[in-house]
Amino acid sequence: MSHLFFGYFASMIIATSILVVALKNPVYSALSLLVMFFHVAGLFVTLHAEFLAAVQIIVYAGAILVLYLFVVMILNVKQDDRYHNQWRAAGFVCAPLLIEAMVLLSGGAKARMTGTQAVPGPSAESLAPDNTLAIGQTLFSTYLFPFEVASLVLLVAMIGAIVLAKREIGEPDNPNPMLRTKAAE
Amino acid sequence: MTTPISYYLILSGIVFLTGIVGVLIRRNIIAILLSVELMLNATNINFVAFSDYFRDLGGQVFVFFALTVAAAEVAVGLAIIIALHRSRSTINIEEFNLLKW
Repeated sequence: MSHLFFGYFASMIIATSILVVALKNPVYSALSLLVMFFHVAGLFVTLHAEFLAAVQIIVYAGAILVLYLFVVMILNVKQDDRYHNQWRAAGFVCAPLLIEAMVLLSGGAKARMTGTQAVPGPSAESLAPDNTLAIGQTLFSTYLFPFEVASLVLLVAMIGAIVLAKREIGEPDNPNPMLRTKAAE
Repeated sequence: MTTPISYYLILSGIVFLTGIVGVLIRRNIIAILLSVELMLNATNINFVAFSDYFRDLGGQVFVFFALTVAAAEVAVGLAIIIALHRSRSTINIEEFNLLKW
């Protein structure tokens, strides 16, 4: 049963992530990324991480994707451009990584069969039944300092985004110098 | 009967590779940022799978932090894209060669 769920979620995640890269229109790419986020959230539920599944949908699908779609619609780009000529670079990066992953995984399976396990197996006690409570307790005790640093990161990103995207007072709508001189004439 | 951890590793490896290919071959900056999101999600899948495997909540907490960084990255990245589009009127990556040697 769990294999069935995993197979469905994994196949949908792979299919939609390939669609994100392959689709021409950025709006369609963002929408297939939305479908992928929902399936990743489903995968989190099967992995007993219910709180993260909810956060995944709220933050990724609710906030980040909407931001992407806003920018795509604001910029209103023509979709004449597609891929550029780095197929060879992509191949050189991906083929060794793929081979490496295959070798590592097959080696891991062999080690498990012979009984020489590099990593300890799953421990006996199960996770706490209340996932949100357990995450809250871990987050505010062990990871309290990283949590505060994360709030600082968010503050800096907020200020940075405002500074980068704002227009100076008195700056014209179209800063293209050609158009500006034409308008002045 | 639970799903073995290696399946999750293969899944996240495939998604991460898709993200790398997207970053390398797309010319639209927004599509490149979407591919970066794919890579971040691949690492999140890994974190949660190992968190379930080792019965340790640290992995899920780290997904939380990865989400924070992803949100910050998207905000700053999209602001940079808007600023670029305002100065050059394009978001094709090949038009930007200011830092190219």
